[in-house]
Order: sequence, then structure tokens, then C-alpha cells
Amino acid sequence: MTDTPLLQVKGLTRYFDVSKPWLNRVLEREEKQFLTAAADVDFEIRRGETFALVGESGSGKSTIAKMIVGLLDPSRGQILFDGQEMRFEQGAAMRQLRRRFQMIFQDPFASLNPRWRVGAIIAEPIRTFGIASGADINREVGRLLEVVGLSSNDADKFPHEFSGGQRQRIAIARALSSKPEFIVCDEPTSALDVSVQAQILNLMRDLQDEFGLTYLLISHDLSVVRHMANRIGVLYLGRLVEEADAKRLFTDPQHPYTRMLLDAVPDLALSGRRRTPVTGEIPNPINPPPGCAFHPRCPSVMDVCKQKIPEPRRTATGCAACFLIAENE
Amino acid sequence: MMTAEPLLSVRDLIVEFPTRRGTLRALDHVSFDIAKGEVLGMVGESGAGKSLTGAAIIGLLEPPGRIAGGEIRLRGERIDNLAPEKMRRIRGRRIGMVFQDPLTSLNPLYTVAQQLIETIRTHMDVSEKEARARAVALLDRVGIPAAARRIDDYPHHFSGGMRQRVVIALALAAEPELVIADEPTTALDVSVQAQIIDVLKEICAERGASVMLITHDMGVIAETADRVAVLYAGRVAEIGPVRDVIQAAEHPYTAGLMGAIPTLTQTAPRLTQIPGSMPRLNAIPQGCAFNPRCPHVFDRCRTQRPELIDRAGGRQVACWLYDPATQEVRHD
Ligand SMILES: Nc1ncnc2c1ncn2[C@@H]1O[C@H](COP(=O)(O)OP(=O)(O)OP(=O)(O)O)[C@@H](O)[C@H]1O
Ligand SMILES: Nc1ncnc2c1ncn2[C@@H]1O[C@H](COP(=O)(O)OP(=O)(O)O)[C@@H](O)[C@H]1O
Ligand code: SF4
Ligand SMILES: [Mg+2]
Ligand SMILES: [Mg+2]
Repeated sequence: MTDTPLLQVKGLTRYFDVSKPWLNRVLEREEKQFLTAAADVDFEIRRGETFALVGESGSGKSTIAKMIVGLLDPSRGQILFDGQEMRFEQGAAMRQLRRRFQMIFQDPFASLNPRWRVGAIIAEPIRTFGIASGADINREVGRLLEVVGLSSNDADKFPHEFSGGQRQRIAIARALSSKPEFIVCDEPTSALDVSVQAQILNLMRDLQDEFGLTYLLISHDLSVVRHMANRIGVLYLGRLVEEADAKRLFTDPQHPYTRMLLDAVPDLALSGRRRTPVTGEIPNPINPPPGCAFHPRCPSVMDVCKQKIPEPRRTATGCAACFLIAENE
Repeated sequence: MMTAEPLLSVRDLIVEFPTRRGTLRALDHVSFDIAKGEVLGMVGESGAGKSLTGAAIIGLLEPPGRIAGGEIRLRGERIDNLAPEKMRRIRGRRIGMVFQDPLTSLNPLYTVAQQLIETIRTHMDVSEKEARARAVALLDRVGIPAAARRIDDYPHHFSGGMRQRVVIALALAAEPELVIADEPTTALDVSVQAQIIDVLKEICAERGASVMLITHDMGVIAETADRVAVLYAGRVAEIGPVRDVIQAAEHPYTAGLMGAIPTLTQTAPRLTQIPGSMPRLNAIPQGCAFNPRCPHVFDRCRTQRPELIDRAGGRQVACWLYDPATQEVRHD
């Protein structure tokens, strides 16, 4: 084992052109408009770890996930997998690298081809990456179905014959079929009921222990993240505002936005803890507030926050981008 | 225990959908009460029958869905068999509604002022000017900044959270006795959800309105409701004071559900796992609907359906484990 993190993300940035059509722009004398979905995002994920990205809708979670798995080109920045920079042109080396990571999506209905039998869905990556051939493929498919808690007979059925939770198991079996080391899970349980979510989260943990998997887990649900992650990054309007050890983030949040998010989670323990009421809503990402994008909602806002974008500063176990934070060390 | 007449009383409510392949029973003998000023939470996984219960109460079941049995009473008066015209008078005036998507309650073609004033004047005998003053006060109360100016905006000028505030104002405009809120925050961002629940709760408390809060989020129930009803496959599994049900669930389904929810404080490596998933309407098992998934199942559960059994503290549980006859046998 080396000390190189399995995944390194450096200055990852993605703009989207959201301008009106050219003619409208000319007639209405408008400039081109860009939306910054992810801005200067830095983080690392170590082997065997679960790194979680949390944030509210539109904070850039899926955009980052798609850039990492190669479904979307970054506008700027670098992604290194096992120390090797990922490039978006195809080549033999990239193909080899590509086999080593997979993705699971939120919607187990949309991510499985409805016209294919489950066996074919799971076999596809096995064929693409030449992991097995002939009768071995079927044997491997059967084994994978059992690994995720289904039966090898299920290979002959179609996705619509399964419940939401079972479909997510199929998606996981497919993701495992190329024997990856790293799996990006984008809201893997958001579409599921809690009792089914528990089954899937437990399964993800078991698989991690068994195969030494590394996860990037994306979720808007802080309780899920608390349960699953070793490290957590908090996103607000495309920027990483805080990154820390999971435990530390919940016991000692540094960024005012992290604190606000934690305060917004309803308290199932009925501890009667006092909470600061959360105020305001997420601003329009096309015209984010200047300076720290969180400043209009921040209870501790200062003059400087309205003018300058705070750089990440070191905290006890990570970093936070807020002018309030006195640099550690 | 409750002595006064409940504001809302639902008894043995049955809702069915006739289909080509036979009749599907989506609600099967659902019974519960809501006291005046009380917040009753209604939880359950998707398809448990939460929304149908709300729709049946306000007379908005979509055909061919129909009430096939039972009674619904508002202050003792039956409302499940009223003529559509009479039911329309009750909706809005005596029962206000808040749905998941604020746009289903708002008309995009009218300003917020027009919609609020119309609702107020349909149900109350006040002048246009008076209605407008009330509408502004209400918007201000639900937290719309610069209400006097924003009231003349159209719904699409508001953000998602602000729209839901407008809907709450609309639901309360005619000072109803009961507000039925079906997943009012599910479509909103985490940081906005808490604000909306707070507003809803406070404003109903101020006005003495009871609330039926439908949600799949046990955390929201924990913080908001006085009592909670847990629905499973169209039946009430357990109902009782929120603290009792959450901290010491009695029904095996509720207990499993509570263990399955990750929390911010718990650190157990594994969540409680209930095997399988809730049955579809055409495959609800005989006896106790939960029996194939239940860790405590015994013979009787597979053939006989358990009714709600009264327990201490005003709780009721539909599970054979709590039948006095069973307890003699099982707890030596
Ligand atoms: N193809 C696109 N064109 C234009 N804007 C986009 C596109 N994809 C994403 N965006 C915008 O980028 C921002 C980040 O989107 P993203 O999907 O990454 O958010 P998210 O954190 O995954 O949100 P959610 O919780 O809703 O899934 C949003 O403002 C979104 O509207
Ligand atoms: N129009 C309909 N036709 C047939 N079945 C329906 C219809 N509407 C709802 N159902 C069924 O009734 C059950 C309860 O639905 P619902 O009350 O919407 O559940 P919940 O709100 O708890 O998610 C589900 O099994 C659902 O599929
Ligand atoms: S009645 Fe039987 S099967 Fe149903 S919950 Fe109770 S013990 Fe379990
Ligand atoms: Mg997303
Ligand atoms: Mg519903």
C-alpha cells in the first residue's frame, strides 16, 4: 500500500453556459450568462475511506460526481486517480483506469435499461473490460447477484419485476462487476423508504469491508452521511465551505453554514436541544452574492465577507472557508 | 385520556379502488381521533396510505377511488357522505390544506393578493379592504418580507420556500379548525424545511387549529407532533403520544423503523434491518399485514388480523403480542 490518496481533486471547476439564445441576447442587449456549478473544489480520498459530500439542492454535488467519473468535462482543475491524472480522451491507459471506478445513481429506475434482462445488465461491464468470458460470465453474474442479496435466478428477469430497493441492489451488482476499487454513489438511497435505505446502507458497508472499497458518497441527508462517512465535505453554491473528520464535523462544526445545516436537522432523539432558527434560502446560482456566498444568511457576517471570497483555512481536522476562523498551528 | 369530543374522528375508514382485476383495498379499517389544538403526525413508508387518508377526509379522493366503509366526523357531524357542494364549503372554511408541491395550491394566473382575498371573502363576510388587510397581516405572519408589497406578485415570483409560506397563509385564511398538511416540506431544501415546519406549527397553535401532519420523516414528527399514527399497508399499526412511540415503540414494525433510521447521535455500525419491503395492495398477507417481515411472528399472526389494542398512556397497538391472551402464554 502506498500513501498516495486514491483520489485527488484539485481546483475542480465547472461552468455552464445558461445564456438565452443568441438572437434574444442581441435583442435584449444581454451579456452571456454563466452558472458556476463547482468552483475551486479540492479534496482527497484515502483508500478504504468513505468520503461524503453534503449540500442542499444545486450545491454542485452531482456535477462534481459526474466530472470524477468522466461523464462531464471540468472547465478547470485536475482529477488524479491513484496518482495518475485522468484525461478525457480515450486510450488504453484510460480504459484500464476506467475499470477501477464505478458509479451508482439515485434513481434505480432510470439507471437500468428496462429492455435488458438483469443478467445482461450486470454482464455488460464484465464483457467491456474483458473480466471473464463464455460460461464464466454467467457464473460471475450469479455470484454477484448473491453478493448483493438477490438470487442467481434473478438474472433472467427484467428490472420492472423488482422493487426500488432490489433495483438498487442490481445497480450495485453491476457496479461491482468490473471489480472496482472506488465507487461514486450519488444519493444512492434518496429514492428509497427508510427500511429499505437501511438494507442498502448496511449492504454498502458489508461490501466495503469485504472488498476494501473506497466510496465517494453524495447525499443531502446529514444523518446518512454521519452514519456512513469517515470524512465529510460540505458544499454551498459550488464551493467546499468545510471539510473535516466525520465525528469532528458533527461535534465541532466550524463554518457557520455547517452549523446552520446541523441545526436544521430535526431531532429524533427528543433531546430538547436549543437551536438557532435557520434563516433565508439559497440564492440564485447565476448571480451569487459577492464575497462569501453565504454572507446574506450568515449570523456572524462582517464587512470583509461581502467583499472577498474566503480562502480555506486549516482547522483541527480539515479546513473551512470563513473569515471567522483563526488559522490553526 | 381524552374526555372532550375529538375535533376529528375517523372510524374504520375503508378506501377501495375497483380495477379490472378485482377491488384493491388501500385503507383497511383506519381509526384515529384528533383533539382540538392537537398536532397528529401520520407516518409510514410510501404507499402506506397516508395521502389517501388525508384525501378521504377532505373529500378529494380521485375516482374510481371511493370510501367503501367507515365514518369521518368533524365535531361529531358526519362529513364522509356530504353532497359535493356542502363538502366544498367545509374545505377551505373548516379544513385547510397544504400539499407537497405549493404550485398545486396556487393559481399561476392570479396574484397572491387576488387568491388570498378571494378565499377570505368566499368564507367570511368582510369587505374587500378588510380582506386585503387580513391577507397582508397573514403573509407577514408566515414570514414573507415586505408583505404589503409582495402580496401583488404572482406565485412564480416567489422561491419554493416562500411559496409554501404563501400556501400556509392561504390554508389558514378562513381560520379553519383543522389543517391537513401532506408532506409540506418534502420538496424543499433541508435548511428551509425547518423554517416551514416552525411557521406551520406556531401559527396553528396561535389560532387553536388542529393539524394532521402527513410525512415520511420521523424526525419532523418527533419535533412537531403531539401524537403519531404509524401506518403500514393501509392499516394503523400503532398510535400514541409521540415520545412514547419514538422512544419505546411497541409494534414490531415501528420498532424496526426506528432502528432503521440513521441519526446524528447514534454510532452503531449497522442499522436495524427489516427484511423485505411493504407489500403491494394486491398481495397483502393474511392475518397481520406485517407478519412475513416480523421477527416475532407466531401462528396466530398468519391467520388472524390484530385489531388496535389499548395500552397504557393512551397508546394503541395492532399486534398480537399485546393481546392479554397471548401475553399469558408467552411471558411465563
Ligand atoms: N447541464 C447543466 N446546464 C446548466 N446548469 C446546470 C447543468 N447541470 C447542473 N447545473 C446547475 O449547476 C448547479 C449544481 O447542480 P448539481 O446537479 O451538481 O447540484 P446537486 O448538488 O447535485 O443538487 P441536487 O441535490 O438537487 O441533486 C445547479 O445550480 C444546477 O442548476
Ligand atoms: N388512483 C389510484 N389507483 C389505484 N391505487 C392507488 C391510487 N391512488 C393510490 N393508490 C394506492 O393506494 C396506496 C396508498 O397510497 P397513498 O395514500 O398515496 O400512500 P402514501 O401517501 O402513504 O405514500 C398505494 O398502494 C397506492 O398505490
Ligand atoms: S401481530 Fe404478529 S406478525 Fe404482526 S407485528 Fe405482531 S407479532 Fe408481528
Ligand atoms: Mg444531484
Ligand atoms: Mg403521499
